[in-house]
Amino acid sequence: MAEYKTTIGIEVHAQLKTDTKLFCGCPVSFGDEANSNVCSVCLGLPGVLPALNKKAVELAIKAGLTLNCEIHEKSIFARKNYFYPDLPKGYQITQYRFPIATGGRILVEGKEIRIKRVHLEEESAKSIHEENRSLIDYNRSGIPLIEIVTEPDINSPDMAVAYLKILQKILQSQSISGAVMARAEFRCEPNISVSKEEGKLGTRTEVKNLNSFKAVTKSLSSEVKRQIEILESGGSITQATIHYSEETGKTWEARTKEESSDYRYFPEPDLPPLVVDKEWIEEIRSSIGELPTERKEKYIELGLTAEDAKIISNSPGSSRLFEEILKIIGDPVEISKWILRDYMSLGQPDISAENFAEMIKMVADGEISRNAGAEVLKEMVESKKTPEQIVKEKNLIQISDSTTLEKVLLEVFEECPGELNRLKEGEKKLIGFFVGQVMKKTKGKADPKEVSRLISEYEKKY
Amino acid sequence: MKTILEYQEEFKKQRITPLNLLEDCLKNIDPSLNAYITVTEDLAKKGLGKNVEGKLKGIPIAIKDNINIKGIPTSCASNVLKGFISTFSATVIERIEKNGGIFIGKTNLDEFGMGSSTERSYYGPTKNPFDLTKVPGGSSGGSAAAVACGSAIISLGSDTGGSVRQPASYCGLVGLKPTYGRVSRYGLVAFGSSLDQIGIIGRNAEDVGVLLEVIAGYDPKDSTSSEKEIDDYSNLNTIPKDIKIGIPEEYFKQIDPEVHSSVIKIKKTLEKEGISFKSVSLPTTNYIIPTYQVISYAEASSNLARYDGVRYGLRKEGEDFHDTIRKSRDEGFLPEVKRRILIGSFVLSSEAIAEYYERADLIRRLITQEFNKVLKEVDCLLTPATPTPAFPIGERTDDPIRMHVPDRMTAGANLAGLPAVVAPAGMIGKLPIGYQLIGKPFDEKKLLSVVRLVEKIAPFKGFLKEVKDG
Repeated sequence: MAEYKTTIGIEVHAQLKTDTKLFCGCPVSFGDEANSNVCSVCLGLPGVLPALNKKAVELAIKAGLTLNCEIHEKSIFARKNYFYPDLPKGYQITQYRFPIATGGRILVEGKEIRIKRVHLEEESAKSIHEENRSLIDYNRSGIPLIEIVTEPDINSPDMAVAYLKILQKILQSQSISGAVMARAEFRCEPNISVSKEEGKLGTRTEVKNLNSFKAVTKSLSSEVKRQIEILESGGSITQATIHYSEETGKTWEARTKEESSDYRYFPEPDLPPLVVDKEWIEEIRSSIGELPTERKEKYIELGLTAEDAKIISNSPGSSRLFEEILKIIGDPVEISKWILRDYMSLGQPDISAENFAEMIKMVADGEISRNAGAEVLKEMVESKKTPEQIVKEKNLIQISDSTTLEKVLLEVFEECPGELNRLKEGEKKLIGFFVGQVMKKTKGKADPKEVSRLISEYEKKY
Repeated sequence: MKTILEYQEEFKKQRITPLNLLEDCLKNIDPSLNAYITVTEDLAKKGLGKNVEGKLKGIPIAIKDNINIKGIPTSCASNVLKGFISTFSATVIERIEKNGGIFIGKTNLDEFGMGSSTERSYYGPTKNPFDLTKVPGGSSGGSAAAVACGSAIISLGSDTGGSVRQPASYCGLVGLKPTYGRVSRYGLVAFGSSLDQIGIIGRNAEDVGVLLEVIAGYDPKDSTSSEKEIDDYSNLNTIPKDIKIGIPEEYFKQIDPEVHSSVIKIKKTLEKEGISFKSVSLPTTNYIIPTYQVISYAEASSNLARYDGVRYGLRKEGEDFHDTIRKSRDEGFLPEVKRRILIGSFVLSSEAIAEYYERADLIRRLITQEFNKVLKEVDCLLTPATPTPAFPIGERTDDPIRMHVPDRMTAGANLAGLPAVVAPAGMIGKLPIGYQLIGKPFDEKKLLSVVRLVEKIAPFKGFLKEVKDG
């Protein structure tokens, strides 16, 4: 059934990392006693009014900027009206026609996913259903959220998860959201459709209650299958909410009865339009650290392979070190090798970029061998000494002096007459064997380049 | 009849004590008027016991029962809030307490402020102190009746479409609706949030100014409150001689001829004082009532959604959540509130929003522009406060269209967010009627100064039951 094209769009709700709620001073916390972090405002008592949390606005702007959105200097809060026990005012304050940010994009596995909008809204309370009764915990009521909505640019369940993982990483690395799925700080609602016709989207369904990335992959895959099966058997898809069972891995259509709800959105009269000035937006922009995805692109341009660039860029510590050393000695590829092969295997400890750079330079200049360099690096981490000190103490200076090396080489030739004869007969691969023997005899201090040069000279003589 | 500042002098000279004044006020509470839902004698005495110094020291103030006072029931005259006790005080209440004012009671209103007669209260109608067969106006009819009968020196009401001014007019008092944002709405139970403003009903302009000075000003808890500095509203002695007042012709049509002539008399009196007048036109006046209805009903349908029986107030158990909410709301609200919630929900529904809510919002902007344009040519506008004096109890309860008629004079100021004050213009028979001044944003002081001038040159004495001074 390869002829079906899958189209996915995703809505993500992420809890903003603020100390207090969106419209009142109640603390935001996880796991506190039920209904302990509540006040008249987040309980929606008669007569209360919302007062907007500035930090939440800042984080929403930051999210918009990191997703390359346009930030609107004026956005408008709206009321979304519906009755539910966990909605204390009978409406949710959200943004509808005029969200704070629109028109963004991020790269996922080389494909651009367009971000339709990012908007601010308040969280509802939490219903706890017991056998004979339902209880409501209002601690979550009024917690600040952002909703991030993509265009239908995702083509497979795997890409959906890749997008979610990148988004989660961005929100976490920028301290916008804790984005821990298990704490409901990061929730996603994908909508999905399949179609045979090029350029035409099928009827979409919306998948709810997904608590893990695994559930996203499985439910979407199951839903693709379900939709194709319906279409293949001559049926049609109805626009509906889809539920997913973690146990069976199956999706099914929820009753469509409540789907036609009319939220009667209108501008929230208790909050004037949210106006943010350009200076503040620029201030927030300048506070944003570089994103892993941006770093990766930059490292590839410097000549690193995509794989190496990805590994380094994903680690903020290694990225910083890489860039600092680069400023001192240049040569990005060589630095990346040191970081990937040696530094990362040491567990990315704290280290001075100057000393690291000096060590790489000593190897490059032939003062010490590569092996010696690795040893110096280890020692630098343990003793905090400079490479110069370590090299002296451990007597690691590389032997590049040709007379000394020639003497050692001749000794090796004498010890291995058989191999020497084969070399004389033109067996080139034995050059490596003799370099190795010389390295062994000098305890790794010989300059391998000089040794192989000397061997080649001998070879020519015969 | 003493002013608040005069009472302060009396207290200083110890000719009257605040307790004497409170006791006099308590004696003047007339149960046949049904002005109060809750009399808060203990709270008032406790307030006196704190002995707080300030502009309002020892002044008994009545509060409309849709403004929260901590520890006291807030009913909004609705069964849906049965048993609800406020957990916090409105910002205006805190400010009054800091200035020594005391609270004598919570006054009756049309349920949630929805009405023009104070007949649509779960606690029964309030009557007009001038004629018990007439309505006191509404929705702040309790606050007006309480002051008119001498049981409170001054009172707070709320004004969404005229709910402070119209009852002030029917009860021969001064009623001020400040500029939208001048007084914090925090703690006022919302009806139409973009129109609601806490207002003052008092016996004279100066008293109203004294209380305004206390309650006005920015409040971080109300994002729609203004950061603009407040004026010395109680200092009304500078006579506003060089001002020009507009007479909008549309406001003088379809009104009682005696109301017409009374307001024209006010105009002539002011002309003699050297104030100039200019005829102006506000052609959008005919759209005020429908625009006001659509916007206020829409906002009310959302504002009243929280009364679902889940957390507080009346709860009628049903089969499931939706059934419980249906039963609680069905028993909780009176028919008029239900009517407005239904219409408000309809005008916001996806099939009707463009035709109704959005169109009303657009017309509201036109009305505002028109006011602002005219107010560039003149300092303020003089109009009748109401088309007629108080109407008989029961006359309009089954006729929502007629009930809304007085709003034509007053709701424009709410739609445009402008300050407006109503003050006595005379009597028709035994019923008082009022004139209205509508001003530029934040021009409360100027409006009150004009009222003060009228009071000086044409004092309307004999309106009120004298408060016995002990």
